Amino acid sequence: MSGRISRDEAAHVARLARLRFSDDELDELAAQLSAVLDHAADVEALDVSGIEPTSHPQPLTDVTRADEVRPSLERDEVLAQAPSVAEGQFRVPPILGEAP
Amino acid sequence: MSGTPEREGTLADGWELVVGLEVHVELSTATKLFCGCANRFGDEPNTNVCPVCLGLPGSLPVVNAAAVDFAMRLGRALGCEVRPAVFARKNYFYPDMPKDYQISQYDQPTNTDGCLELPDGHVVGIERAHIEEDTGKTTHVGTGGRIHDADYALVDYNRAGVPLVEIVSRPDIRTAEQARTYVRELRAILLAIGVSDARMEEGSMRVDANVSVRPVGSNELRTRCEIKNLSSLRSLGRAIAFEADRHVDLWSGGERPRQETRHWDEAQGRTTPGRSKEDAEDYRYFQDPDLVPLAPSADQVAAIDAALPVLPAARRAGLLAAGVGAVSAEESALLVERDQDALVRAAVEVGADPGLTATRVCNDLAVDDWSKVTPDGLAALIGLETSGQITATQAKQVLAEMVEAGDDPAAIAERRGFQAMAGDDLAATVDQVIAGNPEEWQRFCSGDDAARKKLSGFFIGQVMRATRGQADGGAVNRLLRGRAELF
Repeated sequence: MSGRISRDEAAHVARLARLRFSDDELDELAAQLSAVLDHAADVEALDVSGIEPTSHPQPLTDVTRADEVRPSLERDEVLAQAPSVAEGQFRVPPILGEAP
Repeated sequence: MSGTPEREGTLADGWELVVGLEVHVELSTATKLFCGCANRFGDEPNTNVCPVCLGLPGSLPVVNAAAVDFAMRLGRALGCEVRPAVFARKNYFYPDMPKDYQISQYDQPTNTDGCLELPDGHVVGIERAHIEEDTGKTTHVGTGGRIHDADYALVDYNRAGVPLVEIVSRPDIRTAEQARTYVRELRAILLAIGVSDARMEEGSMRVDANVSVRPVGSNELRTRCEIKNLSSLRSLGRAIAFEADRHVDLWSGGERPRQETRHWDEAQGRTTPGRSKEDAEDYRYFQDPDLVPLAPSADQVAAIDAALPVLPAARRAGLLAAGVGAVSAEESALLVERDQDALVRAAVEVGADPGLTATRVCNDLAVDDWSKVTPDGLAALIGLETSGQITATQAKQVLAEMVEAGDDPAAIAERRGFQAMAGDDLAATVDQVIAGNPEEWQRFCSGDDAARKKLSGFFIGQVMRATRGQADGGAVNRLLRGRAELF
């Protein structure tokens, strides 16, 4: 175990993802994440000059569609999925703070 | 654009303003960026939504070809390099995006390294112009409607997934006025290339300002604050001026501003602190595995270049070249903005006086539909006015009728009984008015420029009354000055 990721860092990442873990779990995750970074460090050590970065496993680019309107869902059907609804909208708890 | 009452663009001695702008522009495509839902403002809430823009499990985004084309068009109009690009997820938790991430471009945006030249020649660098999706609209409901005393919030996802381009300028803006001019010029370009309706009041063009100050002569970039919620050019100018003063006060008092987002409060005329920017790197951007890269070919870019219309800056230069350079920069910008520059140029080409044509069109042709006014008709009207056959007031009325009926100006003037008074009749009337007001005339002859200006207004008014508006104000003024031997 290389310790590239500390327990505090693991806790920080968990907080960003809104996940809650016990201290033991955080230790375990820190070790696993460190192992992933060890692997990334191994790959990083290779000489890749002259090789195009791979941004996607499939050799595809520019998969697009024409700008043509297609039917949307029925609003009643959409809102039926929501835990709470008001005035034709999704009703959510009061949000403290602002949009990012 | 009239200036605001607030002092702008001048900072306390020794300080310089440093501003960069981030402008979000909604593209006027028929559909959203990643799904076929209609991209339409003002529909009933949550009627233009589908599994993709609602972030339902198993749905897959597919890029709208028109949105990419529009974004590249804008990039080229701003002189950017169009590059291969990839989409990334910006992860955050807020109910305006049901996926809990926004698809954007991060380290490989479509457009980079452009510039925008302001009408006065000042060049503002463009760092990037990237494609991303808009978020849903959140309404806070409760006492007062403020975020912090809301009882709950309502979310409408019609806007979620609407294609945006975010244009990020370099911190090259030095005054609040320049910031406004930059936005105006950007808007003119957007309208000219037809990729957005760019309406600030409807939110299809949204501006955030990054503001800092530094001692004059320094090249450093000091702590900046990002001001949000700027919904008009007036707010933009006022907010920048306020924020700059706040920074100067802090630095002068031995303190430093905190790097944060601030909100502009239009009613109070000040910015208030919002979110701290310390967590800015915590969006955990990564490439979206559902989307493959964009790789525009050289041919594609060449085709976009070939199809670009003449841009506003070149059109203003065209006015200048046509001899309309006598008009102010404001006037020529307005003519281009209203798409009336070609009309003015064509009228000037067939002999109309350039300055008067530009002024008449700027002031008196502010209508949506002026298709019935031809260059020949406009030139004929200006001819009637410059030759003194009709007065300025009459010319305005004739022009208004030309807009409605598209008739020949001479015919309209004749039908309405318009004619400027013949020179001899007018001179006689002027003499009568002078004789009837000896005290004013004495002061006109002996006064300074300011007094004379005031009194010429008085005399012109008297002559107008005596002639029931048939006199030409300019001609009266010339007669007055002639009689006072002021040449």
